[in-house]
Amino acid sequence: MPGAGAETYWLSWGGGILIGLASAALLLLNGRVAGISGIAGNMLRRPDRDTPWRAAFLVGLLAGPLLFTVLAGHRPPVHVLASWPVLVFAGLLVGFGTRLGSGCTSGHGVSGLARLSRRSIAAVATFMAFAIVTVFLVRHVFLDGVP
Amino acid sequence: MKIAAALLAGLLFGLGLALAGMLDPVRVQGFLDVTGAWDPSLAFVLGGAVGVSALGNLLARHVRHPLLAAAFDIPSSRRVDAKLLGGSALFGIGWGLAGFCPGPALSALSLGLPKAFVFVAAMLLGMWGYKIMISKPSQPSA
Repeated sequence: MPGAGAETYWLSWGGGILIGLASAALLLLNGRVAGISGIAGNMLRRPDRDTPWRAAFLVGLLAGPLLFTVLAGHRPPVHVLASWPVLVFAGLLVGFGTRLGSGCTSGHGVSGLARLSRRSIAAVATFMAFAIVTVFLVRHVFLDGVP
Repeated sequence: MKIAAALLAGLLFGLGLALAGMLDPVRVQGFLDVTGAWDPSLAFVLGGAVGVSALGNLLARHVRHPLLAAAFDIPSSRRVDAKLLGGSALFGIGWGLAGFCPGPALSALSLGLPKAFVFVAAMLLGMWGYKIMISKPSQPSA
């Protein structure tokens, strides 16, 4: 969205504030990190005492876009350009990679950077760099000219 | 109460993702496309989120324990190792290819998009694959 209006920036900033509030709330109330790959990945284990809050968090996460739709009067836009096989390959990489690397954009990005964790700073620098190079290769080398 | 708190946190998170435009893989890829038609707006998402999250952390340092739990349960490791960097690299490649990271992909499930379902199914399979790999006794676990 090149040349996006000021409104786009305000909405992004406001959305970021809400995400930060969610992260702060989980920390200050429950003492836990709002790391979504960890919360989702640990749901694949045998249920334990942390399963109920993790399930509740995920229910809330899914309800979020529905609440947005009610408040805004329209659905949040979601445009997926990737083909089906690419989506499957990417999903496998994201699932395996976030568990191997102990976090994703939420746990390492939002929570980890906020407490200046060395591990999270290294993780964010790594996944940002690899994501930027991947988009560069896909858009400007292999599919040059395809939007 | 802990369950209600987690539900509220999840709801705020999902609402924030939707408001910020993070649910849209095209926007995310536009943010990552720094050499092309770069859309820097999503940097404001991270800025806003990290800022408020940092305030939460500062506050947490001045309380004995979380409001609803006996103690904070926060990762304390400081070791930057091959697992962390290799996993983050794989994640970055997948994120760039699809434009979805775990939070937005799960959150977008409620909008009923088939492509989000396929991505999340593959993602859970990848997570499960990791769990199988580390549960093998021959693999040293960290």
